[in-house]
Amino acid sequence: MPPDARTLADRHEARAAWWLIAPTAVLMLALLVLPVVAVLVLSLTDAELGEPVVNFLGLQAYADLLSDRDFRGAFRNTALYVLMVVPASVVLGLGLALLIEAEARGRALFRSLYFLPSVSLVVAMASVWQYLMHPSFGPINQLLRLMGFAGINWLGSSDNALMALAVIGVWQAIGFNMVLFLAGLTAIDRTLYAAAEMDGVRSAWDRFRVVTWPMLGPTTLFVATITIINAVKVFETVATLTQGGPAKATRTLLWAIYKEGFVYLHVGAASAMAVVFIVVLLFLLVIQTKVLDKQVHYR
Amino acid sequence: MTPPALHLCGIAKSFGTTPVLAGIDLAVAQGEFIALVGPSGCGKSTLLRIAAGLEQPDEGAVLLAGQDMTARRAADRDMAMVFQSYALYPHMTVRQNMALPLAMRRLSAAQRLPLLGALLPGSRATRQCIQREVEATASSLKIAALLERKPAQLSGGQRQRVALGRALVRHPRAFLMDEPLSNLDAALRVHMRTEIVELHRRAGVVTLYVTHDQEEALGMADRVAVMLGGRIRQVATPDVVYRDPADLDVASFIGSPRINLLPGQVDSAARAQCGEHILADRVVAAAGSAIHVGIRPEHLHLSAEPTPWSLPVRLERIEFLGAEALAHCSADAMPDGLIARLPPDHAAGLRRKRALFASARDGAVLLFDTAGRRIAQTLAACHAA
Repeated sequence: MPPDARTLADRHEARAAWWLIAPTAVLMLALLVLPVVAVLVLSLTDAELGEPVVNFLGLQAYADLLSDRDFRGAFRNTALYVLMVVPASVVLGLGLALLIEAEARGRALFRSLYFLPSVSLVVAMASVWQYLMHPSFGPINQLLRLMGFAGINWLGSSDNALMALAVIGVWQAIGFNMVLFLAGLTAIDRTLYAAAEMDGVRSAWDRFRVVTWPMLGPTTLFVATITIINAVKVFETVATLTQGGPAKATRTLLWAIYKEGFVYLHVGAASAMAVVFIVVLLFLLVIQTKVLDKQVHYR
Repeated sequence: MTPPALHLCGIAKSFGTTPVLAGIDLAVAQGEFIALVGPSGCGKSTLLRIAAGLEQPDEGAVLLAGQDMTARRAADRDMAMVFQSYALYPHMTVRQNMALPLAMRRLSAAQRLPLLGALLPGSRATRQCIQREVEATASSLKIAALLERKPAQLSGGQRQRVALGRALVRHPRAFLMDEPLSNLDAALRVHMRTEIVELHRRAGVVTLYVTHDQEEALGMADRVAVMLGGRIRQVATPDVVYRDPADLDVASFIGSPRINLLPGQVDSAARAQCGEHILADRVVAAAGSAIHVGIRPEHLHLSAEPTPWSLPVRLERIEFLGAEALAHCSADAMPDGLIARLPPDHAAGLRRKRALFASARDGAVLLFDTAGRRIAQTLAACHAA
């Protein structure tokens, strides 16, 4: 083939390739990239909905944001919430999965029971929790008093409200985590347990340490990632039960963004928060895929 | 008399209503290599797992040197097993994989704790001792260079060696191997056969080796236990199992290509007849009873001219295999046809001929009654050929 014909064919192919990816590329640009770029641009301004004048603030917008006590509070609350919800719901989800896996009877029943919170509507269930956690006639406090403890003002005190939301968050996440762990458990090669037994692994703890836990590595990483992302996005319980209060104790990132953007109509400030929010999530995803993923797949 | 090193005694097992094993009796002498061979689903792996203690028998006992192990769990039987999938711990290095069985037995639960355990009294010395033994075993298996690698970084053959190393390192009372070579490619498989036999010879430990590959079983084992339909049909040296099979099923299972089976009957002169053609004499069975006449492919003689005891066949195809050739023939009474194993030059001489005569070379036939039991032939000089 002469060189000219070759380059011509190459060019034809390249043009065809562009045409073939064009629909997807356009859609991706319009639906995924452009909104993010728009938020990025808005975040550098003091745009307000209905205000005709928009000033460009540049990075000053972020400086303002980081020095804003309310935003820092929201950031801290979200981090605290994640730190409470993620370990508890991962450990409890794994524990439940191990218990259900160990006993053949009633497996389907327990699986569905614990999965119920994940498929129920949080907004609807929130009213139930409000009743359960009511300081005077809520069953939780009545039970505590029956056992001789003082009742706790779950949602009404700024010391406890975030923890109360975390309890609900754990309740929500456990079932889903359990189902994921159950899937991970069934995927473990049974001969590894046989090999461990032959190697003198006697106790359930050693079996867990030598086979189950390492083999669940990829599952655990996935569960932790999903749980973290969901916990960072906490919104419904805040919106329905505490409205960010009392005394801003349950103002979380998403609630702050919502208030800023949809109540005060500060589109610019809300965008800056959203950018911070996206950066946090991206950071977590990068840690998952680049760092931890290598360690749990044992290559 | 010393009890057998490993004795499987009256073992029976069923899964639900499906019987898997029945009336298994197998005594293995000290240092013996026994192959359990059978088609898939014959229960050989289940029997191995029962010997290991990974499965409980419904009936019967597992004895190690006369000691009843049936109630003991696998971890307490001091046997080692090599699995078909190798079952290496993927998160551990080769060194850690091989050290685990020693660590589990010699270190207390506290001593095995990461970091902290190393500080406990006695832990350091024991750990060093374990490392030395791991390294010694690794170098005897030529995997010392791989000690710091993880299983995913190893080839199939290397993983196989690590699995063997993990079994060897603690000098168990018995080796149990479950199709350890079936995941390797053909060349490596043949090579590893020799290595495993060598290892066994050096270790001198009872070995129970499960395989579906009769070539492996015949080639490696001191004795072969042929398992069919959940029973051991015959336990004997490879030579005897092949030359003198206990029944029709063993005769058809062992040997490749399969033994040729011709329907026949016993005539009044105690001769085996196939149609009007006589194939053997001195048959110990009532005149007129129906029998199967089995002729191994290498004993089937093909000639252009009829011999006194032969039957006419048609040559369909010659399969040339290098050192030998297989002649596929058809005959009227034989829906499955007959196969003769011939030297290649003999086969080349037959190539253009269609009508041939088949006979049993030197009268080497195996006779079975209709229930598949062996029929004896009285001892006498071979018929004049």
